[in-house]
Amino acid sequence: MSAPLVEVAAISRSYAMRSGMFGRSTAVHAVDGVSLMIPRGETLGLVGESGSGKSTTGRIVLGLEPPDSGEVRFDGKSMAAPATVSWRVQRARMQMIFQDPLGALDRRLPVAAQIREPLDIHGLGTPAEREARVRELLRAVELTPAHGARYPGALSGGQRQRIVLARALATKPDFLVCDEPVSALDVSIQAQVVNLLADLQAQLSLTLLFISHDLRVVRQISNVVAVMYLGRIVEIGSADDLFARPEHPYTQALVSASPAPGRRSAGRIVLAGDPPNPAARPGGCAFHPRCPRAIARCASEVPMLSAVGGNRQVACHLVTGPQVQRKDAA
Amino acid sequence: MGRYFAIRIGRAALTIVLVVTFAFVVLRLSGDPALMILGPEAPPEVLAAFRKAWGLDDPIWFQYLDYFGAIAKGELGRSMRDGRPAIELVLERIPATLALTLPAFAFKVALGIPAGIYAALHRGSAIDRAVMIAAVAGFTVPSFVLALLLVLVFAVQLGWLPSGGQESWRHAILPIATLGLGGAAVLARFTRSAMLEVLGQPYIRTASAKGVPWRKVVTSHALPNAAIPTVTILGFMVGTLIAGAVVVESVFAWPGVGRLLVVAVANRDLAVVQCILLLVALTMVTSNLIVDFLYGFLDPRLRAKGAHA
Amino acid sequence: MPPLVSIHDLRVAFNGVQVLRGIDVSLQKGEALGLVGESGSGKSVTWLAALGLLPRHAQVTGSVRLDGREILGAPAAELDQVRGGRVAMIFQDPASALNPVLTVRRQLCEALVLHRDLSGDALKAEARRLLDLVGIPDAARRLEAYPHEFSGGQVQRIMIAMALAGNPDLLVADEPTTALDATIQAQILELLSTVRREMGMAMVLISHDLGVVAENCDRVAVMYAGRIVEEARSNQLFADPVHPYAQGLIGALPPLDGPRRRLTAIPGTVPDPANMPSGCAFAPRCALATEPCGLAAPSLAPIAEDRSVACIRAEASRRALLGVAAE
Repeated sequence: MSAPLVEVAAISRSYAMRSGMFGRSTAVHAVDGVSLMIPRGETLGLVGESGSGKSTTGRIVLGLEPPDSGEVRFDGKSMAAPATVSWRVQRARMQMIFQDPLGALDRRLPVAAQIREPLDIHGLGTPAEREARVRELLRAVELTPAHGARYPGALSGGQRQRIVLARALATKPDFLVCDEPVSALDVSIQAQVVNLLADLQAQLSLTLLFISHDLRVVRQISNVVAVMYLGRIVEIGSADDLFARPEHPYTQALVSASPAPGRRSAGRIVLAGDPPNPAARPGGCAFHPRCPRAIARCASEVPMLSAVGGNRQVACHLVTGPQVQRKDAA
Repeated sequence: MGRYFAIRIGRAALTIVLVVTFAFVVLRLSGDPALMILGPEAPPEVLAAFRKAWGLDDPIWFQYLDYFGAIAKGELGRSMRDGRPAIELVLERIPATLALTLPAFAFKVALGIPAGIYAALHRGSAIDRAVMIAAVAGFTVPSFVLALLLVLVFAVQLGWLPSGGQESWRHAILPIATLGLGGAAVLARFTRSAMLEVLGQPYIRTASAKGVPWRKVVTSHALPNAAIPTVTILGFMVGTLIAGAVVVESVFAWPGVGRLLVVAVANRDLAVVQCILLLVALTMVTSNLIVDFLYGFLDPRLRAKGAHA
Repeated sequence: MPPLVSIHDLRVAFNGVQVLRGIDVSLQKGEALGLVGESGSGKSVTWLAALGLLPRHAQVTGSVRLDGREILGAPAAELDQVRGGRVAMIFQDPASALNPVLTVRRQLCEALVLHRDLSGDALKAEARRLLDLVGIPDAARRLEAYPHEFSGGQVQRIMIAMALAGNPDLLVADEPTTALDATIQAQILELLSTVRREMGMAMVLISHDLGVVAENCDRVAVMYAGRIVEEARSNQLFADPVHPYAQGLIGALPPLDGPRRRLTAIPGTVPDPANMPSGCAFAPRCALATEPCGLAAPSLAPIAEDRSVACIRAEASRRALLGVAAE
């Protein structure tokens, strides 16, 4: 296996949240010691609920936000400081797409002009070559030059997301961060975009960081999936295996909460309690107040992410605790 | 809650300081008051004496500090025209102004708010369209044009009402109508759009889905929410009670604060101008404070923010 | 058994544009019916129209009967008794579904006063009981709080409490969990199924999520472009969809287990209601469409017990079946 394209080493990021003008500020740990590795041409899926820090992780990986500590390495080199020349060179090789394509596009410009924009900015090719490239990109996302002449308002949600994708691909990036790219789309359109993304990834050997709350979509497109809860990775493993045999109680609850046609809800794990609040993270394992299997140790000691066989890593005392290891040894 | 208001009162005080500073700077720098008052032919020694008497040859920052000191003591200076205390000149004009602006304010509220609510509830109806046309007209026609129009029709053509002066209550009708019509139009537009915005909210549908009769949906669910933006514009109108009638008072020769201001500015009567500006700033700031208080009362989300802040 | 609700040929147009093009559906007492379809398919409009909750400029025709009594175009006073009393409704967006300037107590008690005629201590006690029932801790104190002081999941619980206030026979839940996180969605769905069981209440669950509908409903109607295209028991529908659109929807859903396969995406997009294709609205996107599909819109016809499909292919095979049976 070649060296990974993206390496994320123990990044952390916290925000000072102040309530009001003179309020006392509290630190919100959005991301806390996250390490990831994405091999070339592969997809890492990042799942979690709101407040899990998955989007912040995406922004840090792209260099849109600096980490407080830790490091992101891209193609073996650490990310350059923002707004420097080497940063711009690196950034041209990484792009991102978001959930809301209408917000990402300028309503007053024909979409072809917006696909062309990164080519103009980075000064790639002659004007004629740029035109040809725009047509090629439109074709790549299965749209026609006629679509390119339209304004974002005259396109459907799925078509807009294709335009955003075409624009992201304009500079021939190696790495694409997709943050909930299909969440706003209807199921049938979602399938079109997921298929398109998979095809383009194969053709262009793209490396993807795919962030979503939708386990099905993440499994469909990812090689490896990491599950985040309150800023930490609680479980990581190969996509099929992770969803087939989730080890962490939170992953188990997530998988069980994902409704499936043809399966009645018997035996579903329903977690008690409210969605987690990053501003009031419980001590010990952050998940322990909602965990159906929590033991005393969970409230006091933060579980570390450790390998449990295969390429799976889990951060849970119940999975990696001494009793389990003894069982493995027996 | 306490902090919510402490912050706002602090801001209000700062606003007043800035207004005073602004007035001071603009007026002192725009020309020599001594020359203005005494005329260019005045002998230099008279000018010098005048400047000395009024402190005009002190350094500007000294005059500025002096002025603040005086205000702190409640001394707002004397009119350079006749030497009477400026505050006295201004105060004696206030009743005349309020005689116009208070009835006009009542008129705006009584006409504008119901018209806006009605138009919103009957969106697209003939009455809605009529209200909107009237509102746009009232919004765009400057008050001196409206005033002249009213004079032309009711004083010149029909001869029902006097065109100017302050002799009887009949003299007040046209100025009040001028002020009231324009304000009612503005208020109707704001109320209508606030209501439409609220009526489109999901919680209105929730209330209907609960079986709340429509009349009650409007009164107990829509109006309290629509009141929040409407209060802003009402607060602004309260702020203009003192000096909002400058144009109308001039057109109708009504001896109120507005006319005093026009005359004082023309004569560079600094003390009077500053006194009026301070008064205007005070009413504006006070009405803003009232609005903030009302917000806190009307919107529990703000209250909560204040409590945490 | 006579149905609790029966909707017949319900049509809705906004400014002359038809968005609902003839809905026939009925619901038994205590039954859970799912309504799935993509945005713009008319699944929410159906129930908003049935309850008279659409804006005034919507033109609604057809018939909606509740216990045999026509409620479409009924006088406002009668509709106000039905809404919240016989039929309650909850909506998608928890952040704006409750009035931000009124306490939860006022909004909850409003429904109790309207439909249960309670007052004084009995009113307060019932409001507390309802909040307890939907799992809001510390109900007595929380009643005095405002909606913004609750999380999205809690607001949806309060919405459910409000819906239960009138002891309705039917709860229409319009995308009740779409805005919520997965684990909170599971909580709300469980709560819905518990209260439904305990109160013997019928439910219409409107959702774009096939999984949510499949797990929580007895019967499912699939909507496309303002029509029902297939209706079946939910286990049947998901195991063996007949209408090409229903097949497409299920094929477009990535599996959570088993081997991964390429998703069978439905090409194209939903037709613009102002510009409906002639004939079957799905024909332009249908891989199996033939020439006759463009001629006339197929009607929803039974192909088996408890199962109806609006597709001429299904009709043809049914006629063939019937023909064989007749010989």
